[in-house]
Amino acid sequence: MMGYTIYDKLWSEHLIRPYDDGDSLIYIDRHFLHEVTSPQAFEGLKKKSLKPWRINANIATPDHNIPTIRDNEFNIDNIEDDISKLQVVELDKNCDDFGIKLFEINSSNQGIVHVIGPELGLTLPGMSVVCGDSHTSTHGAFGCLAMGIGTSEVEHVLATQSLKVRKLKNMRINFEGKIKDGVSSKDIVLYLIRKIGTAGGTGYAVEFAGSYIRDISMEARMTICNMSIEAGAKVGLVSVDATTIDYVKKHSSLPKNLLDRATEKWRTLQTDKDAKFDKEINIDVSEINPQVTWGTSPEMVIDFNEKVPSSSFFDDEKRKSLDLAKSYMGLSDNQELSDLDFDRVFIGSCTNSRIEDLREAAEVLKGKKVSKSIQEAIVVPGSGMVKEQAEKEGIHKIFIEAGFEWRAPGCSMCLGMNPDQLSPYERCASTSNRNFEGRQGNLGRTHLMSPKMAALTAINGRIVKEI
Amino acid sequence: MKDLIEGIVAPIDRDNIDTDQIIPTEYLKSIKKFGYEDYLFDGWRYMDQGYLGVKKSDRKANNDFILNKTPYDKSKVLLARDNFGCGSSREHAVWALRDFGIEAVIASSFGDIFFNNCFKNSVLPIKLEKAEIEELFSLSKDHPIIISVNIREKAVVFEDKLSIKFNLDDNLAERIIFGLDEIDITLKDSKLIKEFEEHRKESNPWIFE
Ligand code: SF4
Repeated sequence: MMGYTIYDKLWSEHLIRPYDDGDSLIYIDRHFLHEVTSPQAFEGLKKKSLKPWRINANIATPDHNIPTIRDNEFNIDNIEDDISKLQVVELDKNCDDFGIKLFEINSSNQGIVHVIGPELGLTLPGMSVVCGDSHTSTHGAFGCLAMGIGTSEVEHVLATQSLKVRKLKNMRINFEGKIKDGVSSKDIVLYLIRKIGTAGGTGYAVEFAGSYIRDISMEARMTICNMSIEAGAKVGLVSVDATTIDYVKKHSSLPKNLLDRATEKWRTLQTDKDAKFDKEINIDVSEINPQVTWGTSPEMVIDFNEKVPSSSFFDDEKRKSLDLAKSYMGLSDNQELSDLDFDRVFIGSCTNSRIEDLREAAEVLKGKKVSKSIQEAIVVPGSGMVKEQAEKEGIHKIFIEAGFEWRAPGCSMCLGMNPDQLSPYERCASTSNRNFEGRQGNLGRTHLMSPKMAALTAINGRIVKEI
Repeated sequence: MKDLIEGIVAPIDRDNIDTDQIIPTEYLKSIKKFGYEDYLFDGWRYMDQGYLGVKKSDRKANNDFILNKTPYDKSKVLLARDNFGCGSSREHAVWALRDFGIEAVIASSFGDIFFNNCFKNSVLPIKLEKAEIEELFSLSKDHPIIISVNIREKAVVFEDKLSIKFNLDDNLAERIIFGLDEIDITLKDSKLIKEFEEHRKESNPWIFE
């Protein structure tokens, strides 16, 4: 008999019933909600006079459009943008009406949903986890069946504790080897997207494996699973190992006997040795350099010291999209990235706002100053807990002394829905996950990179030539 | 019931059209499920920056953008290339297409979550081969064409010049044709879900803490 992949195991564990048409109904263990994709779902529920199926499965927090300049006294009424405010108020009201656990705007546990879930022990191995947000793939780092869903599905999960989905195919990416100095998990995942493209993982559940993955922390694994959606895969995951269990034990508040019992179960959440994948890709990480995006799609990636690719090598269709990206980004063929003047630096987002990310950036910034040519450099911790930890370690001081603004948790400039936005044509070094046109503000120009590269760009005003 | 989509095709010759392009984040602040028509492709459609609630008549239109030209402003079908709807899970992207009047999107591939979201809102995503997409682009390049999509027959037809079959699961086709409410259907299995839940509670009690 052939072995199973971790995805196969998670799938059969959550399968309520298959339908004749090839879809299946799966059970949902954990449902995270935020203010942007939930109001219409709650409204639908109310219209049908339905209640959430299992209240405790749901956890909510506002993160997308809240201001990041705020202190402990801040409350919803202080949100200046009335429309944003309404959405946050609505989340409050809906959670109140239905009795759903909410970490409100000034709770010490508020933060980006994908950051607070794991750190509060609300994401546990083996769970099925959904959220009206494509970066739900982050939770796959814990050996979870985690995926982003749309608002209609949010309503469906609230009402039925289940989701109608089709089983994905299995893909495994084996990252082998040791990385070079100055390279982090963000570079590894950017490199992967560069190699397989933004549709490379479409239709697959992607397992990240290999000696590199075994060696790295949960935080680094989360960064990689987080961006599996940028490679087209709505599910990205890692088999459970000692690193997973150590992290969960540290963050969980489960009573000991239950935790021990759970641990035994979690250890089985691994891909069997003889499991078969529909597709496997091997990548040697030892050759990878720091990666930076130059264009308007996360697959438009080059080494930090490479030139913007010349369109002439590509076929018509590809050339057109490269040219559009260059014109949007204000770039020409063969231009050195290090020639570009940057206006802003953003360290944050569910990809890179955890304590390790902040440590990585602070390490570079120690005793240095942000270049005068940078108009604004902000660092936005992913959660209240990350912020507190960083302040305990004194990391915030390093940022502040270097000239960064130390902000309160939220999605911030990752999507420019709150006041943190780029102005037209401003160029930003960003640790977030999407460099789409207008993502960080109308006509804004985004270059994705690791926290370390963003910190170096802040000091230098440009992308460094050497590290 | 809707089993035929008939209308003008708007070709947008780009791949990787992401959900931020289809509708920028600014408009995700709405708590409504309707009213997104004026914000579809906002960054391409207008020369100025918009905000939620602004009227189309108060905006500076980009007259070069296809959906601002007659008769494409009445298009019912969108034609694009690879990986349409990649990016975020925002269903607002589908709502904006639907509210504008787009009933079908033809592309060579789609983002997974976007693809799912379409069927919840009676917008039909049609996957065609690259060569077929190319053919449609060349047919619609110089002047507007009206095509019909027969959902039961699973065919895209243009006069007598072209008839392309596409793959579509019957249940998905039915969802477009009848606009079924999935929650009602799932709740018919309430007992099954309850039983499953009880069993899970016994075997994995830590999840229910
Ligand atoms: S940080 Fe960015 S990508 Fe992550 S949930 Fe917030 S908006 Fe989405």
